[in-house]
Amino acid sequence: MIHSRNLPFVTTLGIFVVAYALCVMQFPNMLSTRVIGNLLTDNAFLGIAAVGMTFVILSGGIDLSIGSVIAFTSVFTAVMVGSLGVHPLIAFAAVLVISTLFGSLMGAMIRYLGIPPFVVTLAGMFLARGAAYLISTESVPISHEMIDAIQGFYFRFPGGGRLTALAMLMLAVFLIGAFVAGRTRFGANVYAIGGSQQSAELMGVPVGSTTVGIYALSGFLSGLAGIAYTLYTSSGYSLATVGVELDAIAAVVIGGTLLTGGVGLVAGTFVGILIQGLIQTYIVFDGTLSSWWTKIVIGVLLFVFIVLQRGIIWYSNRKLAESRLTASAQKS
Amino acid sequence: MSDKNSLLEARGIGKSFLGITALDGVDFTLERGEIHALLGENGAGKSTLIKILTGVYSRDHGNMWLDGAEVTPANVAEAQALGIGTVYQEVNLLENLTVAENLFLGRQPRRFGLIDRREMRRRSQALLSRYGLDIDVDALLSSYSVAVRQIVAIARAVDLSGKVLVLDEPTASLDAHEVEMLFSVLSKLREDGLGIIIITHFLNQVYAVADRVTVLRNGRLVGTKKLAELPRLELISMMLGRELQHITREHQAQEETVASTAEAPIRFSGYGKRGSVAPFDLHIRPGEVVGVAGLLGSGRTETAFLLFGIDRADSGTATVDDRNITLSSPEAAITNGFGFCPEERKTDGIIGDFSVADNIALALQARQGWSKPISSREKAALAESFIKSLDIRPADAERPIKFLSGGNQQKAILARWLATNPRLLILDEPTRGIDIGAHAEILKMIERLCAEGMSLVVISSELEELTAVAHRVIVLSDRRHVAELSGDRLTADNIMQAIASSARMEAAE
Repeated sequence: MIHSRNLPFVTTLGIFVVAYALCVMQFPNMLSTRVIGNLLTDNAFLGIAAVGMTFVILSGGIDLSIGSVIAFTSVFTAVMVGSLGVHPLIAFAAVLVISTLFGSLMGAMIRYLGIPPFVVTLAGMFLARGAAYLISTESVPISHEMIDAIQGFYFRFPGGGRLTALAMLMLAVFLIGAFVAGRTRFGANVYAIGGSQQSAELMGVPVGSTTVGIYALSGFLSGLAGIAYTLYTSSGYSLATVGVELDAIAAVVIGGTLLTGGVGLVAGTFVGILIQGLIQTYIVFDGTLSSWWTKIVIGVLLFVFIVLQRGIIWYSNRKLAESRLTASAQKS
Repeated sequence: MSDKNSLLEARGIGKSFLGITALDGVDFTLERGEIHALLGENGAGKSTLIKILTGVYSRDHGNMWLDGAEVTPANVAEAQALGIGTVYQEVNLLENLTVAENLFLGRQPRRFGLIDRREMRRRSQALLSRYGLDIDVDALLSSYSVAVRQIVAIARAVDLSGKVLVLDEPTASLDAHEVEMLFSVLSKLREDGLGIIIITHFLNQVYAVADRVTVLRNGRLVGTKKLAELPRLELISMMLGRELQHITREHQAQEETVASTAEAPIRFSGYGKRGSVAPFDLHIRPGEVVGVAGLLGSGRTETAFLLFGIDRADSGTATVDDRNITLSSPEAAITNGFGFCPEERKTDGIIGDFSVADNIALALQARQGWSKPISSREKAALAESFIKSLDIRPADAERPIKFLSGGNQQKAILARWLATNPRLLILDEPTRGIDIGAHAEILKMIERLCAEGMSLVVISSELEELTAVAHRVIVLSDRRHVAELSGDRLTADNIMQAIASSARMEAAE
């Protein structure tokens, strides 16, 4: 039996399978490892960031700073490696430390100053974007033998598709993310805070350190997403990835995570990313549609999912009320 | 100082919030293997005491001992670790998690650093089977009834702490069968030697399950008694703070005439709402003060909510001047000339950041409609006149009302309704939490208003206050109007008798 809390995830998976089947019926070529490989690579940075967003939304919060942090990271890396000649590994380590600290700082402000996540991360969004402009307003190209090596590394699927390093990185992040959410105390605490912060506190959950940890994780993964984006485009540009946080939120919600927190799966977000990628791929195959159709379809899907989630809550409440009624009827 | 036999002992506990004393030198002792009921009306200090015992608040005065050793839990986690577990009425568990996840949140069994779900499931089933509960522990908590959730919460608290179990209103939303189930669990825990503190306002349940009772009133200890030796009437008088003695009223004669001569223009017939208050009849005459008495949870506030249209009645009719009216919202009630001062002044009554003048003008503005704004000059004049006539201090109409004392806030709310010149004013606990001087002034004002021909409904847990100001008193028990007392029969004794006898009737059924 499917537990009702997994119903949104199962629905998303169903929609993805059906949509993919429909695409394949129209364009049989879409059922190739090449398409799948490209889909994973093209959405790697978004997927990595969306894992962090999943934790944030599961805890009942929101992180609007993701797109700006990605832009900052990519410009910072590009300037360090491309202009200053720093070794990429040092640059990567530096941006991950910076973005994690940035996330923890926002988490601490949310928890200890009691400022809503929306406001804190909105400020973080402007701050990170501004810092990115400060470093460079130009698109900064990047080239280093190590970066070339990473970009050139892939496994070949039968059928000609490539599983690139970026795709592998994203899959690893999703896998680890799913384990952290489902099988660690930190993950359990995230769900608990998302259910009710007050109850979680009364049950002895360390709400403070968990909240800071959640936003630190989101910051870290944004930094990692920024590195992935830099590798993907071979450059850093401070105007890039505007609004990526909203794509990440869309992937999380389409993946079945409740925006109010407490219910959802990291695996759902993965399917959410796949659906977004599928729509983009379809538009490329079709060739006549404007790329803005991606946004329209995602908008429609979001509406459908929000309505679906309300429906599930309504349905389970009614079922509970009915079972109580029949139970009391039997007694009397 | 501490008694070696007792499990949990507290002496001289005191606590005040912003200068208002919530608890004053309260002693409390919990033995091993006893169920101890903690009773008192709203604001008696029950929840403050519980929160001090369970580490939510820090105490200002006094000491507490657990197992003979002095303890000062700084937070809930510390109290839990010491052995004091709490089950709150509403906010206790997480509905979005499974039963097993709730039981083991924060202490999940782990293998290689990862949560061992199989072990967690096994231990959860073993734990719950001791409470006679055989359920799917991997199902969401929200898929189970409130009773099952309560038992899961108790199982968690006992497993976590294991010495003292505190239950805050555990039966508030349970039906009779579920209450039985809960009580058999509690009796078993008592046999295991646990000390259980239970807060409830259902007297029958207190007598059914508890061994001893401690009654608090206005932040002070009234007494601790063995229930087997305590008649119901005496317990009620402890709670309502009245010695059993007959007092006679002076101003009887004149009210008799009011009651007999005037026709009642405001009538409620068969008025009620399922699950809230059983249908009742209430006729209110001009210049009459109708008191509403009853214990906490008896349906006092619910009655007021029905009269003022906050809750919609599902039976009966309301008429004003022989005209049928529908009280579908407070707005409709205001249109019919009703006014209501709620019990929770801070949350339901005042708008803290608004000035005194704005707060006073609020109801009048609502009655006029938003299209006809009251000019600031009118508002100032209005505020000025009421500040003078009600002696609101400080006499500054522009000061935000949150900076005024409780008594002056209450006067401002009264002024708000008086400005609309209502024909019926409902006051829910008008004198709670205000100082003695303001207390007397408000009672005086009630008398003056009814002398001017206004009708008042006054809800209060202070029986002396009711017998002093009301012409008639309606007694509520278990969400029903059980008696109406007037004239010579209107005494605090008779009110308590009415509550006690109806409670006994319930028990006999």
